[in-house]
Amino acid sequence: MIKLDKVSKKFGTGTLALSSIDLTIENGEFVFLVGPSGSGKTTIFRLITRELLPTEGTIIVNDWDVAKLPKHKIPHLRKRIGVVFQDLKLLLDRTIFENIALPMEIAGVNILEAKNRIEEVLEQVGIAEHKEKFPIQLSGGELQRVAIARALALSPDIILADEPTGNLDTNTSWEIVKLLSLINQKGTTVIMATHNAEFINGLAKRVVSLDKGRLISDEKKKKKTKEKNL
Amino acid sequence: MKTLKTVWHNIRRSPYQALAAIMVMMLTFLAVSFLTFLIFGSAKAISYFESKPQVTAFFRNDTKQSDINELETKLRDTESIASVKFVSKEDALKIYQEQNKNDPLLLDLVTADILPASLEISTVKISDLENVYQTLKSSPLIQEVIFQKDVVSTLTSWTSALRRVGLVLVIVLSLVSIFIIVTVVGVKVSQKKEDIEIMRLIGATNWYIRWPFILEGIFYGFIGAFLGWAVATVALLYSVPFLSSFLKGIPIFPVPLLFFAELLLAEFILAGILGAFSSFLAVLRYLK
Repeated sequence: MIKLDKVSKKFGTGTLALSSIDLTIENGEFVFLVGPSGSGKTTIFRLITRELLPTEGTIIVNDWDVAKLPKHKIPHLRKRIGVVFQDLKLLLDRTIFENIALPMEIAGVNILEAKNRIEEVLEQVGIAEHKEKFPIQLSGGELQRVAIARALALSPDIILADEPTGNLDTNTSWEIVKLLSLINQKGTTVIMATHNAEFINGLAKRVVSLDKGRLISDEKKKKKTKEKNL
Repeated sequence: MKTLKTVWHNIRRSPYQALAAIMVMMLTFLAVSFLTFLIFGSAKAISYFESKPQVTAFFRNDTKQSDINELETKLRDTESIASVKFVSKEDALKIYQEQNKNDPLLLDLVTADILPASLEISTVKISDLENVYQTLKSSPLIQEVIFQKDVVSTLTSWTSALRRVGLVLVIVLSLVSIFIIVTVVGVKVSQKKEDIEIMRLIGATNWYIRWPFILEGIFYGFIGAFLGWAVATVALLYSVPFLSSFLKGIPIFPVPLLFFAELLLAEFILAGILGAFSSFLAVLRYLK
C-alpha cells in the first residue's frame, strides 16, 4: 500500500512542486497519474523512492515511513519498488541481459537463479532475442520494454512507470500499456504517469489528476471506447 | 566475480591513467625497498663492528722492536685485555698484498717500509675499550690509534642521516601516490556518475558502488609494489659482487631469500592499504 498524507514539496529554488497531497493506493491497483508537465507526477515518484524528502507530510510505502527511513534502509525500499524512468536510465556499456541482471546483481541474487529469472522477464516483455545486444542497437519501444524488464527483475510489489510511452508511436505505446496492465493483473501495483488521454479513456482504471502540484481529481474511469483486448 | 570483471573493464578502458598510477606506486615501493635494504644492511654492519671490541694502535716508524715487545707484554698482563696481536711491517704488507692482489699497480707502489707495524688489541668488555684507547694514545711510541667506537658512531650517524632522507622520500612519494590514485579514480568515478546514480536508484548500497573502485586502487598498489620490489631486488642481487668487495669482511651477503619474500609480503600489505585508502578518498566525495 502507498499512502501520501498531506504531502508537500518545496524545492530550494522556491518552486512548490506538490501541495498538500492526500493519496492512498491499495495493493494490486492500476493507477494513471495524469497532468501536464510540471504538475508534480515525477516528484511523487521521487518522493516514493526517497530520492527526495517531503517538505511536509508523511509517505507510507508498505510498512515503511519513507521520510523517516534510515539511510542504510533506503536500498531495501528501492529493491521493493521497480521504476521505469522517464529517460530509461539504462547502462549503455552493458548488454540488455546485463542491464536486466543489474538489480539482481545488486541484491546479491544467486547467478543461476538470476539467469532463470532474467530469461523469464525477457520472455514476459518480448525481447528475448535482443538479450545480447547493447541499448544503442534497439528501437525506442524495445528500450522501453528493457526498462520494464529491469523494473520487474526483482518481482517488486510496486511498479512506478514515468511517462513510459512518452516518445513512442501509438501502436507501440499501446503495447507498453498492455504489458503494464498484464503485470498488474499478476498482482503488482502499477502507477503510470502519462498525459496521453487515449489510454485514460481506453482503459477502465483509476485516474489521479494533478495540476500545478495539486490533486484536482481522483476517479475510477468507465470505458468510453472499446478496451483494446486487455 | 562480477566486481572483478568490472574492475578489469575499468582499467582496460583507460590504460594510460592506469599506467600513471602503477608507475608512481612502483617508484614509491622502489624507494621503500631500497630504504629497507639500507636499514637492514646498516644494522648488520653496525652490529658486526659492535661485536668486535678492538683497538688498533699503529707504531711510529722509528719505534724499536724492544719497546714494542715491552708494551705488548705490559698489555698482555692487563686483566681487561682479551688478546693482543702484533702485526709487523712485513705482516702488514702481506695483508695489503692479499687485499689488492688484483691490482698490480697498487702492489708495485707499496713496500714494507712505508707500512706501520701495529698491535690489534681486543678487550673482554666493550666498555674497557675507552681506557685502552686513552692509554695507547698517550704513549710516545704510538702514532695513531683506531678505535671501533669511532667507526660505529660514524657509521651510525651516516646511516641515520640516510634513513631520515629515505623516510622523507618514502613519505613524499606515498603522498604523491595517494594524490595520483585519488585523481585517477576520481576521474573514473566522475565519468561513471550517471551509472552510479542509476545503481543507487535501483537499490545499490554505497559499498556495492565503492568496491570496484577500491579494488582498482588495490590493484594499482599491488602491481606497483611488485614492480618496485622486483627492480630493487634485481638491482641488489646484481650489485652483490661489487658490494661484497666494498664491504670486505662484513657478513651481510648472501641475503636470505626469506628476507625478500617477507619484504614483498609487507609491501603488498602496505600497497593494499595505500591503494584502498586513496580510492576510498576519491569515492567519498561522490557518495556522501
